[in-house]
Amino acid sequence: MNIHEYQAKAILRKFGVPVPDGHVCYNGASAREWAKRLGDGPWVVKAQIHAGGRGKGGGVKLARTSEEVRLTARDMLGMTLRTHQTGPDGKVVTRVLVENGCNIGRELYVSLLVDRATCKVTVMASTEGGMDIEEVAAKTPEKIFTEAVDPLVGLTGFQCRKLAFSLGLEGKLVAKAVKVLEALYTTFIACDCSLLEINPLVVTKEGDLLALDAKFGFDDNAMFRHLQIADMRDFDEEDPNEVEASQHDLSYVSLSGNIGCLVNGAGLAMATMDIIKFSGGEPANFLDVGGGATIERVTEAFKLILSDRNVKGILVNIFGGIMKCDVIATGVIEAAKQVSLNVPLVVRLEGTNVELGKKMLAESGLNIVAADGMADAARKIVAAVKGVEQ
Amino acid sequence: MSILIDKNTKVITQGLGATGLFHAQGAREYGTQMVGGVTPGKGGTTIDGFTVYNTVSEAVHHTGAQASVIYVPPPFAADSIMEAVDAGLDLVICITEGIPVLDMVKVKQYMTGKKTRLVGPNCPGVITPGQCKIGIMPGYIHKPGKVGVVSRSGTLTYEAVWQLTNVGMGQSTCVGIGGDPVNGTSHLDCLQMFEEDPDTEAVIMIGEIGGNAEEEAARFVKENMTKPVAAYIAGVTAPPGKRMGHAGAIISGGKGTAAEKVAVLEECGIAVAQSPADMAQALMRVYRP
Repeated sequence: MNIHEYQAKAILRKFGVPVPDGHVCYNGASAREWAKRLGDGPWVVKAQIHAGGRGKGGGVKLARTSEEVRLTARDMLGMTLRTHQTGPDGKVVTRVLVENGCNIGRELYVSLLVDRATCKVTVMASTEGGMDIEEVAAKTPEKIFTEAVDPLVGLTGFQCRKLAFSLGLEGKLVAKAVKVLEALYTTFIACDCSLLEINPLVVTKEGDLLALDAKFGFDDNAMFRHLQIADMRDFDEEDPNEVEASQHDLSYVSLSGNIGCLVNGAGLAMATMDIIKFSGGEPANFLDVGGGATIERVTEAFKLILSDRNVKGILVNIFGGIMKCDVIATGVIEAAKQVSLNVPLVVRLEGTNVELGKKMLAESGLNIVAADGMADAARKIVAAVKGVEQ
Repeated sequence: MSILIDKNTKVITQGLGATGLFHAQGAREYGTQMVGGVTPGKGGTTIDGFTVYNTVSEAVHHTGAQASVIYVPPPFAADSIMEAVDAGLDLVICITEGIPVLDMVKVKQYMTGKKTRLVGPNCPGVITPGQCKIGIMPGYIHKPGKVGVVSRSGTLTYEAVWQLTNVGMGQSTCVGIGGDPVNGTSHLDCLQMFEEDPDTEAVIMIGEIGGNAEEEAARFVKENMTKPVAAYIAGVTAPPGKRMGHAGAIISGGKGTAAEKVAVLEECGIAVAQSPADMAQALMRVYRP
C-alpha cells in the first residue's frame, strides 16, 4: 500500500523527522489562505498523486506570492499529470500540498528497506540526493553507503555516525543526522514499512536537515495492526479492478493483453501468463483465486476478467489439490451462467476427481473447450482468440 | 533416503483449528506419524485422535516429535515459530500465509545459532513420497523416486511433480520454500541438501521473479553440484513494480526480472524450461534415470 506525500510527511512529523511546514489543499482559495498562515513565502505547490517524476511533468511549482500560490494550485487541481510512473493515461490531480520553500544547500538520499539477502532492515544513504537511486547504484555504487540493523538491538548510534560521516557531514550536522536516522528507523518499525525513502534529504543553507520528499511503502500483511494507516489508502489512485479484486480476496493485476486468466496459486498464475505469451498470445491479467476456489469467488473472478473490455477469451487453469475438480467445475459452470459468458472459454483441470470434473463441463451445455495440460490449454485459447479477431 | 523428512519423522501440528485439523488428518492418512497437536488452552483434550498440548515443549516431551507444522493465523504465527525453535525441534514447517515481514526479520535473528531449520512461511510444505507428507499438497500426484524438487510456489510445484510422475520419474523429496521475501530455507539450502542426499540423482528448481535467490543457487550449482539441475522461472510477462500475488514476487528497480534470472541460470549450466509445460522435458535433457 502507498500513501500521498502530505500523509507521509504527517507521519514523519509525528515521529520527529524534520519536514517543511505545509498543508494539503483542495482548491485555490484555501491554498492561498494556507500559504499566508504557513509563512512569508516563497512556497512550493506540489501535486499529490501516487507516482514519482512529478517535477518533470509540471506537478511541482514554486510560488513567490500567496496569489501565485492560488493560481498555481487552481491550475494544478484537475489537471492530468503524466510522468514516467503514471503510464500514458496519467493521473488526475485532486489535491495539492502547499508548503514553505527552503534554501537548499546540499541534497542527500536516505532510504530504509528490508533486505532479502541479509533478512534485516537496511539503511541506505547516498551523497547523490535528488537522483534516481537505481541509476546511482548502477553508475557510481561507491556513493551508496549501507548499514544492516540488528532487529533485536535496533539502529545504533555508531551506525548512524558512520553513515553521517560517509555523507560528508561535519560539526553539528552529524548529531542532527543521527537524530534524523534514528527517527526514520523508529518510523519504519512502528509503521511496518516495506520501504521508507527520503529523496532528497536536504541540508539547508541555515545548517538544518529537512526531508523534502517522502515515499512510504507499507507491508500489506501488517495492516491489520495499523488501522489508521490503512485508512489513508486512496482508492482513486489504484486500478479500480484491483480494488474490486482485493475486496473479494482475489489477487489480481491488470495487464494489456486480451486473454483473461483465472488460476489457483500465484506461481501457477504467473506461469499461465507466461505460457500464453509463449504460445503467441498476450495475457490480460494475473489472477489468483487462492486455494479455496468457491462458486462465489470464481463468479467474482469471471466478472472482474470480463469487466476488462480488451478480453477476447478466458483461460481457466486449475490444479486442484485439496480442492476437488468436480467442485471447481461446478463453480465454473455456475459462474459462466451467471455472467452470461460470450467469449471463448478454455478450461484446464487437473487433480482430484478430474474425470468427473471434465465430464460435468462437457455435459453443461456451455461452450467450454476442455484442455489436457497447460500447453494444450494455451494453444487452444490463443487459437480461439485469433479466430474471434478474424 | 531423502532430505528433511522420512518415515521415521514424528510431527506435531501447531494450530489445530479447522484448517490445521483437516491437513493433519490428510497427512495421517498418507502415513505420516502425526503424534499430536498444540493449541494453547486446549491442553489435555483429544481432537479426532490427536492429543492436544498447551505448549510445544510439553508436546515434544510427551511425543518425542522432531518436527512441527504451523497453521496458526498470521498475527500469532511468528510467535509459534519461535516457540517451536525454543522447544528444540529439528524442523519447523510454517504453512501460514500473510505473516508481517518485520515479524519474520525478528524470527530470523532469533533463530541464529539455534539448530532448528525453518521451511516457509507461506509454503505448501514438504513431502517425501511414500514416506511422509507434511503440509497441504495432494499426496497422490507424487511418486517415490530420485528427483528432488524445490520451489517457491504451491500449485506450480504440483504442476512440476505431476509432469515428473507422468513421465515415470519419481521424487525423492519435494520442498516448498514459500513465496515471502524473508523465509527460513532458501533454494540454495535445498540444493546443498539434495547434493548430499545419496538417493537424489537430479533436481528441479522452480523460481519466480523478485530477489536474487535463484541466481545465488545457480552459482552454487556451477561451483559445487555434481547432479544435473533443471529449472523454470515464472513471471516472464510480469510488469515491474507490481506484486504478483506472493509478497516476494515483485520486480523492483529493474532487478529480479525473469530474463535476468534465466540468463544466469543457463550460464551456470542449468537446463531452463522456457515453458512451464516443459519442466520434466527440460530435466530429461540433462538427466536420464
